[in-house]
Amino acid sequence: MIHQYKNNGYNIVLDVNSGAIHVVDDVTYDMIAEYENTAMEQVIENAAAKYPKIPRDEIREAYDEITSLKEEGALFTPDEYEGRVIDYTKRPTVIKAMCLNVAHACNLSCKYCFADEGLYFGKKAELMSFEVGKKALDFLIASSGNRVNLEVDFFGGEPTLNFDVVKELVAYGRSREEESGKKFRFTFTTNGVLLNDDIMEFANKEMDNVVLSIDGRKEIHDMMRPRHDGGPTYDTIVPKYQKFAKMREEAGKQYYVRGTYTRNNLDFAKDILHMADLGFHEISIEPVVAPPEEDYALKTEDIPVLEEQYDVLAKEMVARYKTDKEFTFFHFMIDLEGGPCVYKRLSGCGSGTEYVSVIPNGDIFPCHQFVGKPDFKIGNVFTGIDREDIVTEFKGCNVYTREKCRSCFAKFYCSGGCSANAYNFTGNVRGVYDVGCALEKKRVECAIMIKAAQAAKDAQEA
Amino acid sequence: MKHVQTLNEKRLQNTVKKGGCGECQTSCQSACKTSCTVGNQTCEHAK
Repeated sequence: MIHQYKNNGYNIVLDVNSGAIHVVDDVTYDMIAEYENTAMEQVIENAAAKYPKIPRDEIREAYDEITSLKEEGALFTPDEYEGRVIDYTKRPTVIKAMCLNVAHACNLSCKYCFADEGLYFGKKAELMSFEVGKKALDFLIASSGNRVNLEVDFFGGEPTLNFDVVKELVAYGRSREEESGKKFRFTFTTNGVLLNDDIMEFANKEMDNVVLSIDGRKEIHDMMRPRHDGGPTYDTIVPKYQKFAKMREEAGKQYYVRGTYTRNNLDFAKDILHMADLGFHEISIEPVVAPPEEDYALKTEDIPVLEEQYDVLAKEMVARYKTDKEFTFFHFMIDLEGGPCVYKRLSGCGSGTEYVSVIPNGDIFPCHQFVGKPDFKIGNVFTGIDREDIVTEFKGCNVYTREKCRSCFAKFYCSGGCSANAYNFTGNVRGVYDVGCALEKKRVECAIMIKAAQAAKDAQEA
Repeated sequence: MKHVQTLNEKRLQNTVKKGGCGECQTSCQSACKTSCTVGNQTCEHAK
């Protein structure tokens, strides 16, 4: 299976099953399209007719290069994975990552919040106690088998509303590392309103990554991320984020400014570039996931406009490559040489199997997006997992059990997509959220084009 | 090759035998909380 496309002047061929990515000239591009289903002499004849100025021996040479790639396992590579999936879904899994909802409370009223402004459809605000958090970390250590690296994201609601407990839990986690043979990687996600020097310094010492929520331009951000009284937050958070990002960069630590775009800013590339121009170098913006009746929800008809925005962004990132204005966009990042193995690509995010979310009372859910859905409660940190049937259902989620994924070129990049989105839009964790798929495919195409453009620029400079 | 530039050497089929240690980062713990992006995660052994 291959995927061919043209973007920003590059002819790109992705060999889906090997992951090999080729940039080819026009005649080769056309011959690849015919190669598998047309006899060699006819492929060459067709190319010669279309490109009369290219000598026939050169066309033949291009054909031979295609054949070499196939023989090397870099083009038209057969799918060797599907047969392994059944065994893989029966694998014993361990929990290695936890989203710890330390505060089911929030100091903002973000209009698109999937977490019901932090309450997760509960009746009142709730903070996680140290005792519950401690038990959650104990549960994670006990459930992690021989995995060394354990990830804990302090989430909410807004985790800075319960930051004393965050500090205590980090200290507790660290105290257990040596005897358990584990290494905690703590992260936290914040809206920035309560961010202060103390939190920043603590985070720089203890947090592998921090995710700082901001939607981009001031008018966009303040429209969707107001305080409870409707007041703005952009001016409060931006100077703090700039300071925090600088501290993180100087300390060699990771951070992301992360936002959400909606139907209110279909020109979202401007928001990303705005954040880059504010001096941020690690940026993530994701499409809103919202019920179709919401006026800010993305619609199928918006897809061409959104795809164009990703193109605009990709071209600008190419222009900024190796300049002082260069930045990374999370969803355009593709690790071509050190990327994940095929097992990771088959199993996806690991929700409900390797990754769980724990709420203030200790209840466990497959991920943060299933919190508040009682049918998806899989256990409690004090009593363990008691819904193995749900875990098994999630374990079976992969690119081959989602019918639409089987023929999709992007399947090994999104790994079948988000189960929560699938459930919300189709009522089935093995469904597919079509708008999300269209955008993911476009992002993969842009990400590969950027790599091609960077390689071309590097070659020019060499 | 004259007509083809291949951008990467790594082949997915070669990760079948050695892969699957599970030490890599969970995607939603990085910077995506509402979608799923796995292709940009780094293999722990490649660091």
